[in-house]
Amino acid sequence: MSFALRRPKMSASAFVWLVLAGLYFLVPLVATFFFSIRSVQTNKCCSFAAYTAVVHNGDFWHTLRVSFVLALEVIVICLVLIVPTVYWVHLKVPKLRPVIGFLALIPFVVPPIVMVVGLLKVYRGAPSWFYDRPSGILAAAYVILAFPYMFFSLDAGFRAIDVHTLTEASQSLGASWPRTLVKVILPNIRAAALAGSFLALAIVMGEFTIANLAQFHTFPIFIQFVGESDPYQASAVTLVSFGITWLAMSSLLFIGRKRGGGATTQIAGAR
Amino acid sequence: MAYLELQGLHRNFGPVKALNGIEVQLGQGEFLSLLGPSGCGKTTALRLVAGFDRPDAGRIVVDGKDVTTVAPAKRDMGMVFQAYSLFPNMTAAQNVEFGLKIRGKAKVDRRKRVSELLELVGLGHAADRFPHQLSGGMQQRVALARALAIEPRVLLLDEPLSALDAKVRVQLREEIRRIQLELGITTLYVTHDQEEALAISDHVAVMSGGVIEQMGTPAEMYTAPATPFVAEFIGTMNRLEATVLDGAAGHVDFAGSRLQVDAARGRRTGERVLILIRPEALELEASTNGAVSGDNMLNGEVIAQTFLGPVTRLKVSGGLIADMSTARAAALPVGARVNARVPAEGAKLLSLPDED
Repeated sequence: MSFALRRPKMSASAFVWLVLAGLYFLVPLVATFFFSIRSVQTNKCCSFAAYTAVVHNGDFWHTLRVSFVLALEVIVICLVLIVPTVYWVHLKVPKLRPVIGFLALIPFVVPPIVMVVGLLKVYRGAPSWFYDRPSGILAAAYVILAFPYMFFSLDAGFRAIDVHTLTEASQSLGASWPRTLVKVILPNIRAAALAGSFLALAIVMGEFTIANLAQFHTFPIFIQFVGESDPYQASAVTLVSFGITWLAMSSLLFIGRKRGGGATTQIAGAR
Repeated sequence: MAYLELQGLHRNFGPVKALNGIEVQLGQGEFLSLLGPSGCGKTTALRLVAGFDRPDAGRIVVDGKDVTTVAPAKRDMGMVFQAYSLFPNMTAAQNVEFGLKIRGKAKVDRRKRVSELLELVGLGHAADRFPHQLSGGMQQRVALARALAIEPRVLLLDEPLSALDAKVRVQLREEIRRIQLELGITTLYVTHDQEEALAISDHVAVMSGGVIEQMGTPAEMYTAPATPFVAEFIGTMNRLEATVLDGAAGHVDFAGSRLQVDAARGRRTGERVLILIRPEALELEASTNGAVSGDNMLNGEVIAQTFLGPVTRLKVSGGLIADMSTARAAALPVGARVNARVPAEGAKLLSLPDED
C-alpha cells in the first residue's frame, strides 16, 4: 500500500478571505502608484517625473542616509544592551522576565509626544554632541521606542532554544561566557535578533513626532515636507520608503532561511 | 587511591536538603552509576561534579586536586545531557570539534580527532549533518563524541538515554560501556533505570532523600540489598514482615506460618524482621487439596498473571509475587490454589523497628 503526499486543498472560504486581505493591502498601494505617475501638468497618466524629481533631490538621499545611520546605531545599541540582558534573565533570573516584559510595554503606553517633551527637558543641559545631534538624543529616544519590539523578539528567540543546556554544554567543553554567547547562543537566536533589528529599522524609518519636535531632519520629516509641496512626489516617496522596508523584511526572511540550523524566524507582534 | 572523591557533599535548596553529606570514592577508569528516583539528589550531585552548581559544604577532589570552586570551563569534565544539547547551528563534526578549537588544537589534529571519534560512535557517515537531521539516538552519540573529544578527566552522563526508545536505549548503553572500557575513562552516570545501572556499571550507588543508601557492585546491590529502600528499588522483591521465633534454629513466624530462614539464625527471639525474596527464587506448585503440603510453604491463590516474555509473573494472594517460565505458568491459571516454597537459603533478612 502506498501513500501519496498531497498538498492540502484550500477551502473556498479561505480563498475568499485571502483575496479580500490581499486587496485590503494592495489596493491602497496600487492607487498610490497610479497617483504618483500622473503628470503634474496634465494630471493624467503616465509620467515618472515624480520619481525622477525624488531621486534627484539631494534632501532625499541626505535624510535617507541620516535615518539609515540612525537606524543602524539604534539596532547596535539595542542588541548590545538587550541580548546579554535577556540571556542573563533567561539563564539566571527567570523570575525577572515578567518584570522586564512589563517595562517593555511602557513605550506603548507613553505617547511619543509626552516622551520627547520629557526627554528634551531632562537633557537640556547635556553636551551638544548628545543634545544637538540625531545620533545622540534621537537615537536614545528610538532605543526606548524599539525596546519592546527588540525585547519580545529576542525573548521569543531565547524561549525557542534550551538556553541552560546549550550554555552548560558549551562551558563543559571549556568555553568562556563571551565565547558561549558569541559562538553558541547568538547564532541560534539570529533569526529573532534580525526580526527585532528590522522592526527597529522600520520604526526609525517611519517615526515622525519625536524627530519633528526635536527638530531633526530625518527621512519621515522629508516625506512630510514633500507631501506639503507636491502630492505626486509625496506618493512616489511613500512607495520608495515602502519598498525599502519591504526589502529589509525580505532580506530578513532570506537570511533566516539560509541558515543551516533549521531554526524558524520569529517576529514579535508589531504595533 | 581514589581518582574521584566526593567528600561530605551538602546542597540545600531552601528548606530542601537535596544532598545530605554524600561520600563517594571512585578509582580511575571505573564506572559508577548514581541510581535513584526523581528528587533523590543524583542529578544535583552530578551538577556539583560538573561545576554548574556549588556545594554548601564538602569537597570534590579529582586526581588529588580539590576542584570544588573551579569554574566548569576549567574542570575538564565531559558531559552528556539528558536533553539534546548539540549546538543547532553546527554540524555533527563542528559540534565535536568545538572543544578542541577552544583548546587551540591545530586544524589537522582537530579533523583527525573528530573523524576518529565519529567513527568510534558509529557516525562517520553523518559528520556533515546538522542536529535536526539526526535521530535522538544519533544526537546522543554525537554528544558523547563531543564530550570525549576534550579527553576529559571524568565523563559525566546525566540520564542520556531517557528520551530514547527502548531498543535504542539498550543498544546505546552497551556502546557507552564499550567505549568507556576501551578508553578507560572514569565515568559518573546518572539514571533512574535500575536495569540500565546494573547492566553497565562497575559500581552502583542507590540514592534516596539526598543520601547514598548503599554503594556496591551490581551483583551486591541485587543479591544483598542493605536497606528496604534498596531492596525495593533494585528489582522486584517479596517483602514478608515476620517475627523471629527461634533465633538459634532460624525459625520465623509469618502470618501464622512457621518458616525456616537461614538468615534469621543468630537473631533475637521476638525480633521483627523483613524477609526479602526475589520473585524468581519463590517456587510455586499446584496445591492438590488446597492446603499447605510441606515445609516452608505458604498457601494462596493465583490472582493475576503478567506475561513478561521469557517469564510470566504470577501474583498470589497474600502479596506474593513469583516469576516462572511461561510454559510452567500455563498450568497455574488465575484462580488456581498454589503452594509457594520460601527458600531457606536464598532469602535476605533486614531488621524492622520493634512494635511498641
